[in-house]
Amino acid sequence: MAFRKLAVAAGLTVALGMATSAQAETFKYAFQGELKGLDPYSLNETFSLGTLGNVYEGLTRRGPELEIQPALAESWEVVEPTRWRFHLRKGVKFHNGNDFTADDVVFSADRVRSQESDLKTRIGADVKVEKVDDYTVDFVLPGPNPILHYEWDTWGIMDKEWAEENDTVKVMSASDESPSYAGLHANGTGPFKITGHETGVKTTFEENKDWWDYGNKKFNIDSVELTPIGSDATRVAALLSGELDMVYPVPVQDIQRVDGNDGTRALTGPELRTIFLGMDQMRDELLYSNVKGKNPFKDPKVRMAFYQAIDMEAIKQKIMRGLATPSALMISPFQFALSDQFERFPYDPEAAKKLLVEAGYPDGFEVTMDCPNDRYVNDEAICQAVVSMLAKIGVTVDLNAQPKAKYFAKVLQSNGFDTSFYLLGWTPGSFDSWNILSNIIHCRSEEGSEAPFNLGGYCNPKVDEITAKVLVENDPDKRNEMIAEAFKIHMDEVGHIPLHQQGLAWGVADDVELAQRADNTLMFYHVNKN
Amino acid sequence: MTAFIIRRLLQAVLVMLVVALIAFLMFRFVGDPINQMVGIETTPEQREALRVRLGLRDPILVQLARFIWNAAQFNFGTSYQFKQPVSEMILQRMPATLELSMVSAIFALIVGIPMGVYTGIRREAWLSKLFLTVSLVGISLPPFLIGILLIFIFAVNLQILPSFGRGQVVDLGFWSTGLLTVSGLKALILPAITLGLFQLTLIMRLVRSEMLEVLRTDYIKFARARGLTERAVNFGHALKNTMIPVITVTGLQLGSIIAFAIITETVFQWPGMGLLFLQSVQNVDIPIMAAYLMLIAFLFVVINLIVDILYTVVDPRVRLDGGAAV
Repeated sequence: MAFRKLAVAAGLTVALGMATSAQAETFKYAFQGELKGLDPYSLNETFSLGTLGNVYEGLTRRGPELEIQPALAESWEVVEPTRWRFHLRKGVKFHNGNDFTADDVVFSADRVRSQESDLKTRIGADVKVEKVDDYTVDFVLPGPNPILHYEWDTWGIMDKEWAEENDTVKVMSASDESPSYAGLHANGTGPFKITGHETGVKTTFEENKDWWDYGNKKFNIDSVELTPIGSDATRVAALLSGELDMVYPVPVQDIQRVDGNDGTRALTGPELRTIFLGMDQMRDELLYSNVKGKNPFKDPKVRMAFYQAIDMEAIKQKIMRGLATPSALMISPFQFALSDQFERFPYDPEAAKKLLVEAGYPDGFEVTMDCPNDRYVNDEAICQAVVSMLAKIGVTVDLNAQPKAKYFAKVLQSNGFDTSFYLLGWTPGSFDSWNILSNIIHCRSEEGSEAPFNLGGYCNPKVDEITAKVLVENDPDKRNEMIAEAFKIHMDEVGHIPLHQQGLAWGVADDVELAQRADNTLMFYHVNKN
Repeated sequence: MTAFIIRRLLQAVLVMLVVALIAFLMFRFVGDPINQMVGIETTPEQREALRVRLGLRDPILVQLARFIWNAAQFNFGTSYQFKQPVSEMILQRMPATLELSMVSAIFALIVGIPMGVYTGIRREAWLSKLFLTVSLVGISLPPFLIGILLIFIFAVNLQILPSFGRGQVVDLGFWSTGLLTVSGLKALILPAITLGLFQLTLIMRLVRSEMLEVLRTDYIKFARARGLTERAVNFGHALKNTMIPVITVTGLQLGSIIAFAIITETVFQWPGMGLLFLQSVQNVDIPIMAAYLMLIAFLFVVINLIVDILYTVVDPRVRLDGGAAV
């Protein structure tokens, strides 16, 4: 394998004491998880897609403020409401030297929608992709879709010839017997090439001097080394000791230490993920409660009582150490223009108690809460705080906090939504409210085809009606008004209890400048090292 | 002798089968692998299809039979997470773990034996008391704490040793080694100490008590009476006779060093098999977990077998009819 030879060469260089790379700028960083593979269609997960986004480019890309910019497509227009035309950039080459053309886009569109792909949501199965000429591609939709291209920054275009030559047209799946070529090798058009990939150990990148935008490049690093470091303490220590230029995430309790240390700083900001609580409103009797014969969460007053019993300011200060933005909505203000029209209901335990009395639970009741303990920032601590806050209004919550592998196995559709009260986080992959409406707020169907992540089964046909309209409305202002209307209904009925957008925390060496994107993605072309 | 070995081998097969069964039962309680394999937007139908493709919907007995049949042929399938053959991944990670284990075993021996001898001979010296106190720390502190402490002192504060990884490795084709480069050797120091400290303590205390016993025997007194030098008495006669239990214990401990490397590897992000295993537990990557557990079980079985055989060679008094020590 290529990286083996490279490792030998690199090893010998060091062994012989020759420092050949004196002026080369290598950017070394660590993330808590590992890059699972190099095939950009195998896993729909932020870190994998973001990292491979340095190698594979989409027709669009997103800038530091997550604004959509042209990338492999120079421009696009909506010819008819259901026909989008993309004009491709000319003169772009893949890392292996092949030309980028419309054939590659058509091929990638087929591959990304194939059976084994995990990114099928990028383009609907019934969208037709038509090559007009070598540098023009039309997407013909079954109905209007204003957000067709919102997720295309993470749909990397692959080289048709390369995939066919190396027999890697099929996306690798765990049920396959032999490894796929694309899972271990990469060939994109992006600013960086992968020069070595040892699964779970190290991945190395080198700048691509033939990148189409190399003339305007804003980075000065020429190679990158990614090491996964799972242990929080070790990851922070590796930054403090000066071995690494950047690590993420930094646990909130270590932010001060990273900031106080000479030569490093903590870079914090709001993330897109919204953390919220959900309640089973579907069953006639809760699975885990002492209330028999009826379901207290069917009463909006009980849900409102829960809402007002939770002191978000305390959670923000004490548990998140300031690194959280309490949220009135189920979506980050970055992703919804009318967010400022909404405000959280006030924290008011007295009002909450009164609501419980009105609902017929003067002495409260008991319920079990499901909570992950290794998925979101301080997830278990948040749940514990919620438990003690609810105790103050007389509700006894039995907390069941588990590792994410067990938690998700219990509460998701595959296990029949086995929960009464839960904490979950959600980032709309499409950067758009419709994703939240359709996945979490829409009425749920038992087999899970509709709103599979509406674990509590909140349901209002009026909201569903609006959701259907939002999907096909092409006018952005009208569309936002509709979304706001749906969110308003959901909020007034307390369909869920949104808590906050958790914060991002990266640890960065002082001599490094980079852009922290709110989707927790690091683009190498934003990195400068002095 | 042959009959003895065959009998032991049959027992070994039985042990492996039991481990396979227990491992298989455990996998039913570690969580849902599908959820770790796909992004959150994957629809329930797609998840179900994947579950069927992976054979997770087959009857349990069918799954168990398939697992044992494949394991018997050293086929552990493809990793759910990395989509690579598991046997290949484990082989890639094995050199890191074995190097670390060997170095810490050697470290434990060459430091532990002299310390044991010294504390055995100079029972009252303050240095002996210091050694014994330190050894108490080595036995009572958990390895991850020792590791983090060492990282804090030598990597963060003094900045003389790396806090994670293997440094620069040289690939010999079948084996990747960190022993040939400066950064590789530096990277070995802290993990090897962390992993070896417990063994060091054990060996030191073992040597000390053996020394104390041997020094009381008649032949040592006679040796002294004959006017032999202290050095000849202590090292030529006493130490030699303490070595048999030390060698036995070290051999037996080798298996647990490799198995316990999980914690050290996690603290130092040492890219060995233990780290791979721990990550696979978090990800519910059943094929990797299965392969690792079988491998470790196999290792223990082999080490025990060798020790048994050595016993019969070294000490003919050990009867061959099933009375062999464990």
